[in-house]
Amino acid sequence: MSDHNHSHLSPMDARMRALESLLTEKGYIDPAALDEIIETYQHRIGPQNGAAVVAKAWTEPDFADWLRNDATAAIHSLGFTGRQGEHMIAVFNDDSTHHLVVCTLCSCYPWTVLGLPPTWYKSPPYRSKAVIDPRGVLDDFGTKLPKGCAVEVHDSTAETRYLVVPQRPAGTEDWSAAQLERLVTRNSMIGTEFAKNPDAVQADG
Amino acid sequence: MNGGQDLGGMQGFGPVVEEADEPQFHAHWEARAMAMVVALGAAGKWNIDQSRHARESLPPADYLRFPYYRIWVEGVCKLMLERGMVMPAELENGTMLEEPLEIARILRAEDVEAVLIAGGPADRPSTSQPKLAVGDVTTTINAHPSGHTRLPRYARGRSGTVSAILGHHVFPDKAAKGEADVAHWLYQVRFSARELWGAQADPRDGVTLDLWEPYLVAA
Repeated sequence: MSDHNHSHLSPMDARMRALESLLTEKGYIDPAALDEIIETYQHRIGPQNGAAVVAKAWTEPDFADWLRNDATAAIHSLGFTGRQGEHMIAVFNDDSTHHLVVCTLCSCYPWTVLGLPPTWYKSPPYRSKAVIDPRGVLDDFGTKLPKGCAVEVHDSTAETRYLVVPQRPAGTEDWSAAQLERLVTRNSMIGTEFAKNPDAVQADG
Repeated sequence: MNGGQDLGGMQGFGPVVEEADEPQFHAHWEARAMAMVVALGAAGKWNIDQSRHARESLPPADYLRFPYYRIWVEGVCKLMLERGMVMPAELENGTMLEEPLEIARILRAEDVEAVLIAGGPADRPSTSQPKLAVGDVTTTINAHPSGHTRLPRYARGRSGTVSAILGHHVFPDKAAKGEADVAHWLYQVRFSARELWGAQADPRDGVTLDLWEPYLVAA
């Protein structure tokens, strides 16, 4: 395929432009719908959803129990429903067990609570290593486990999607859920890192 | 299939490197590719397992070197070509040469929110009871189908313990062949890391996989 007419575009940009034009002409897609899908995942659905789930579980024991026993219903109750979040499982980190989520076979990821996955999550280094050497993966992220802590890896082989509930950082006992949300990172909900320490953010900020 | 997608346990890719301040999309085409694949689902011409199989049947060397959204583009083009929705010559020059096929529906912007919120649950009603219970020890089958499967190589012929019963779900091996109504009981099965990887693994560690009944034989 010649790129002579699109010298300002990368080959993939040129190819996608031609493909989108063709599929629009054939009536298979509506470019405005594509805009809307991109907008949704860039601005409306992302790790802030999962952070709200985690902060609520940290501050409301009844919700934490519900999340543990029926994560699908508990998460859906907050309005986080839909594609790639139809069937949810929440796993809780503590001093004795650390959970890590992967999809070795493709890129399964809980879109409703975390948005679209980062590139590293979809790439061969992570997908290959997470199951055979999860402690090495944690080293790659600079995450040091408490002594004696076990690692449980969850390979997302079905339509069930996993959300890690990280441990609530010490020193946040008087923090509200809204304040706590700012400590809950995407990576802490995949399991490659811990939640942020309170000194990383200002409680009243 | 034993394709480039079945990565669990491979070695030599180096450390996991996180890109600092990674953007949601690295180029315009990545955003359009993601959205196009999502939108084309509404056409009703394939299911998610057929879509995964189209991606994983890329030559392994291509699968390993392509950016992830390129894998999606190759997969969706393959699906459309197989179904006669597009012709190779149309993909070459980006203009229509043959009449389009009828599709279930075209996704419109005003319907995007409702479609994304609805999702596509994979559980199906069942008249049978699960054969296994939580706590049962079970062994995975050793099978190497050329078609789609969600039992990765590293977990074939291994013994684990049922840790949860997850429901009665669409069975990917059949759905990828177009038999989207076949469902089986789905379990979470926990394998010790030593069972999967031998003495090099930490004895405390484990891996869970979500596995359908046909992947399991009672031990």
